[in-house]
Amino acid sequence: MTGFSTLLYKEVLRFWKVGFQTVAAPVITALLYLLIFSHVLEAHVKVYENVTYTAFLIPGLVMMSVLQNAFANSSSSLIQSKVTGSIIFVLLPPISYQAFYLAYVLAAVLRGLSVGVGVLLATLWFAPLDCREPLWIIAFAFLGGGILGSLGMIAGIWADKFDQLAAFQNFIIMPLTFLSGVFYSIHSLPPFWQRVSHWNPIFYMIDGFRYGFFGISDVSPWMSLCIVAVCFALLSALTLVMLKRGYKLRA
Amino acid sequence: MTKRFGSVVALAGVDLDVEQGEFFGLLGPNGAGKTTLISALAGLVHLDSGQIEITGHDVVRDYRQARRQLGVVPQELVFDPFFSVRETLNFQCGYFGIGQSRERDAWIDEILENLDLTSKANANMRSLSGGMKRRVLVAQALVHRPPVIVLDEPTAGVDVELRQTLWQFIRRLNRDGHTVVLTTHYLEEAESLCSRIAMLKAGRVVALDTTASLLKRFSAHALRLRLAPGAELPPALSQRAEIKDSVCSIAFDHFAEIEPLLAELRNSGCGLNELDIGKPDLEEVFVRVMHERGETR
Repeated sequence: MTGFSTLLYKEVLRFWKVGFQTVAAPVITALLYLLIFSHVLEAHVKVYENVTYTAFLIPGLVMMSVLQNAFANSSSSLIQSKVTGSIIFVLLPPISYQAFYLAYVLAAVLRGLSVGVGVLLATLWFAPLDCREPLWIIAFAFLGGGILGSLGMIAGIWADKFDQLAAFQNFIIMPLTFLSGVFYSIHSLPPFWQRVSHWNPIFYMIDGFRYGFFGISDVSPWMSLCIVAVCFALLSALTLVMLKRGYKLRA
Repeated sequence: MTKRFGSVVALAGVDLDVEQGEFFGLLGPNGAGKTTLISALAGLVHLDSGQIEITGHDVVRDYRQARRQLGVVPQELVFDPFFSVRETLNFQCGYFGIGQSRERDAWIDEILENLDLTSKANANMRSLSGGMKRRVLVAQALVHRPPVIVLDEPTAGVDVELRQTLWQFIRRLNRDGHTVVLTTHYLEEAESLCSRIAMLKAGRVVALDTTASLLKRFSAHALRLRLAPGAELPPALSQRAEIKDSVCSIAFDHFAEIEPLLAELRNSGCGLNELDIGKPDLEEVFVRVMHERGETR
């Protein structure tokens, strides 16, 4: 237990010590998205009745920040320690692979949540926001952070170089998060792209998270919860198998 | 133990026992398999066949117990740039299941003092010199008081002061009962520290014996002579002599042999410019073993 809690504490301290870069900067980025998109689209787009476009946008931006930063945390921590060689400090001790997984994913979730709360606090001034189903908000934030934290671990373990990780981030994570309904409802899309969006697991994370605020969503929140939970289980299992076998960590 | 990396054979059937409390040397040229062996011991490398036990704990099946027994100082100068020296050591304690306590803090202070790191305890790792970072690596390996300490070239590229401080501390730990396994390219260090030595070449053990026996078997005292211009050794001595860089070395086993040797030189009228007596040394043993055993494989 001490091994797990120490590793978790170390991982949290790692991002907290450079909080300007890991927490404040993503909050500013999300704020800029909000300013630009709400300024351009507020008068033209109405997704749900009684919900302004700016209010609709805020939960999407919060969740997008949670997801992107959870991924960034675990992936950058692993690739940095692999490239510098300091990964051996956590490979030599008697830490079980389950504890190793939990510590990295939980730290990733905490970084994601720190940024998410920051974005929420910074954007509250722009539009009144309901909070109809807080449990759904918490569930999707944790599960979404957990999924992207696991994905970050997989990418960090798999990548041998920083550019491989950047490719994973830019060609997989960014398109999936941007095309997940953060800025629009998928009902506004042509039928073909609506069907494509249903294959994007991040769409369900955003939609379920947004349901917690407004009590309305594009698909049933239960369906979103099931899909997100299954994704989390599959990615956790894959990460645990990689860690157990020592894939790219132990020769 | 065997281990291949693609077509490269890193360990080709190494079989070794290190006794508890020994100061054991693992020597060999680059690529001999020393670091692979240590990595397998530490669970960083999976063997293709064979098994390793540390104080009776299998490094795969019982890996958590095995790793508790082991403190490894890695060869590479690695560090986590986010943290200070004390934070680094506190984390390492926690990873090994040692929670915050006065005893833990006292032990960390003792390590810092013994490695002359006290003044740097709160400095960030990035700000330390290479030698200081090396000291922190040693400290990290010792925080959980491991019964077995493995040092993989711990003095590579470090100054004399650190070497002396380090060996003083490691000797003390060895006297207190810690088993020490050392790899180094500084053979005089191995000779003075290790009670037993294994020499590896191309993934095989080519020599394994006590340091004293190795020195006796492969090296000897030698009378070293630099002859005056035009001088020649008498025929009886020239058969026994090895000539290298215009220095003639005549090996002998007992000091009583010196007087007859000198008498023979005097009688032959052979002029000398320099004369001294060389001790047996591990470098000679190493060169011979690598040359002879490498060829007979």
